[in-house]
Amino acid sequence: MNKLQNLYEALANVEGYIYPNEIALNWDLLIVMYPYITGLVAGAFILASLNRVFDIKALRPTYEISLLTALSFMLVATMPLISHLGQPFRFYEMLITPHLTSAMAIFGFVYIWYLMVVLLLEIWFDYRYDMVIWSEQKKGFMKFFYKALTLWVSDKSPESRKTDDKIGYFITVIGIPSAFLLHGYVGFIFGSLKANPWWSSVMMPVIFLFSAMVSGIALVMFIYMVINFIRRKKNDILCLDTIAKYLFYILILDFTLESLDQIHRIYEADESFDILKLLVHGKLFFTFFIMQIGVGTIFPLAVLGFFQFKQPSEKIRKILYLIVSSAVLIGIFFMRWNVVIGGQLFSKSFYGFTSYKVDLIGGKDVWLSLLWFIIPFFILAFLLWLLPPWKKAKHVEG
Amino acid sequence: MAIKKENVSRRDFLKKSSMFAGGVVFVSLLNPFKVVYATKKPKGKGKWYGIAIDIEKCIGCGSCARACKTENNVPNEPFFFRNWVEQYTITNDEQVMVSSPNGGIDGFKQAVPDEDIYKTFFVPKMCNHCAKSPCTQVCPVGASFESPEGLALVDQNYCIGCGYCVQACPYGCRYIDPAKGVVDKCTLCYHRLQKDLDPACMMACPTGARIYGDLNDRDSAVSLFIKEYNCAVLKPQLNTDSKLYYYALSQEVH
Repeated sequence: MNKLQNLYEALANVEGYIYPNEIALNWDLLIVMYPYITGLVAGAFILASLNRVFDIKALRPTYEISLLTALSFMLVATMPLISHLGQPFRFYEMLITPHLTSAMAIFGFVYIWYLMVVLLLEIWFDYRYDMVIWSEQKKGFMKFFYKALTLWVSDKSPESRKTDDKIGYFITVIGIPSAFLLHGYVGFIFGSLKANPWWSSVMMPVIFLFSAMVSGIALVMFIYMVINFIRRKKNDILCLDTIAKYLFYILILDFTLESLDQIHRIYEADESFDILKLLVHGKLFFTFFIMQIGVGTIFPLAVLGFFQFKQPSEKIRKILYLIVSSAVLIGIFFMRWNVVIGGQLFSKSFYGFTSYKVDLIGGKDVWLSLLWFIIPFFILAFLLWLLPPWKKAKHVEG
Repeated sequence: MAIKKENVSRRDFLKKSSMFAGGVVFVSLLNPFKVVYATKKPKGKGKWYGIAIDIEKCIGCGSCARACKTENNVPNEPFFFRNWVEQYTITNDEQVMVSSPNGGIDGFKQAVPDEDIYKTFFVPKMCNHCAKSPCTQVCPVGASFESPEGLALVDQNYCIGCGYCVQACPYGCRYIDPAKGVVDKCTLCYHRLQKDLDPACMMACPTGARIYGDLNDRDSAVSLFIKEYNCAVLKPQLNTDSKLYYYALSQEVH
């Protein structure tokens, strides 16, 4: 068995002392993907709501893209969790017999609320009029398909469009706290475990929330540029600059909160401090200092900060936006990695470390993680084909 | 004299009743999320199991860990234990060294020369059967639960194998069974207790370092032991209400 071989290798590489049951690192790459993907959903939605609720007009070109991106990732958000279970076919037990003192048990309900009540409804009201129009234009199966998507509502009156807009606005208003709930809650799953000093922090939900916003905004920025590249359209530079501005602000907040958490740990220096210090300077050095802080935070902050004072040419800005958004996405991935994997590398006896090696060739977790990350892009491509934002009728204010 | 009549308007009625309804909804929402998750100690005749370990009596033979693996079909590989023994060695220059090769099943070797040793001792470890157990608190489906006797058990036919309880246990007492894909842990040999038999580890201990019994019964062996000897629990700061009491526990042991 491959897994046992890995365990023997981990056993050979144990540093210091670790409880024997801790040699097996139970939450692998798939559990890294879970908060990562959920965070992308919450972040992308927040960007959409900046346009809709806070009326930042420059973000209009990304409104539908943000929503469809959020939906694409939301549809697979539970898959890393489910495929990681020892008994995947029992996952529904969590929904039908939830144990209410468990933070994890509530995820299914938060998920369903967010998917059904927020995302699907908002997209439906946003596209309803267009789907009616498309159902009239298309023939054959597609006609039927669009009709089915409209739920056989065919009202095209200006009043109905105003109502759509009003309801859509209302859902977005509900959606903002829901997005906060969704990801803050994922942070709570980790932050509420008192057994693990690396996780146990009241800051965890807040940090997860802000890093989610950062990653979601970066993702939409990236996807917006790629879509325009594929469609051979010009990027709306005002839109990109505005996204970059918000990315910059939220990145500052995120970095401040994470620093606060670390400074608090360092200054307080409780019983777990020595082992955590060894962890961060040893096993997590590359992923924490280089990838999360260097590539994912300092570099984007420096570039975006520079742009706030001095703006180079459009072409250079676009190239750097592409690089910065990728760097942020990589950085936040490693932030999740440092939380999930980092929290299991040290022993709760505080006397040693185990190791985790990503098995790139034969690792089930690697292939599944890649799969769950790639599938949303295909879903997004399908949704953009089905509900093209660029073919929508002009928006009508409610 | 006119009778003073208190007029209750419909508005007042609606206000009051909606306040009441809101309060009920709020409290019922709060109720499932108890501040501290704890099982209730049974009153009267019910048993409430506790365990005591006399560290001074443990010779590190590993019989308890061996007996546990055999009795409970714990996988043989050295990554899965319901019960294991740790060897602590504190050197003259205050280095703390801990080891537990194969959980102590094959015995121990002392790597530090005698003259460098300040003190050395063995600490048997097993589930603490906490009264406020963090592991059963986090189980998303309730497959991990507390028996009425205060033992943390797992319904393996129900467990989904998410591993959340493994993360939540501060003592490293749970593992995922690789063949079954579900969690496994010490049950204090619940199947034996039901037949009035002693747990395997208690039977196997040659020096009587392990004691268990009903904490509700003030005359039980475990109650008398805790009364006589000044015992401590592991990680008391985590407020898990552990029911595994150690006598002669050094502060180096986590």
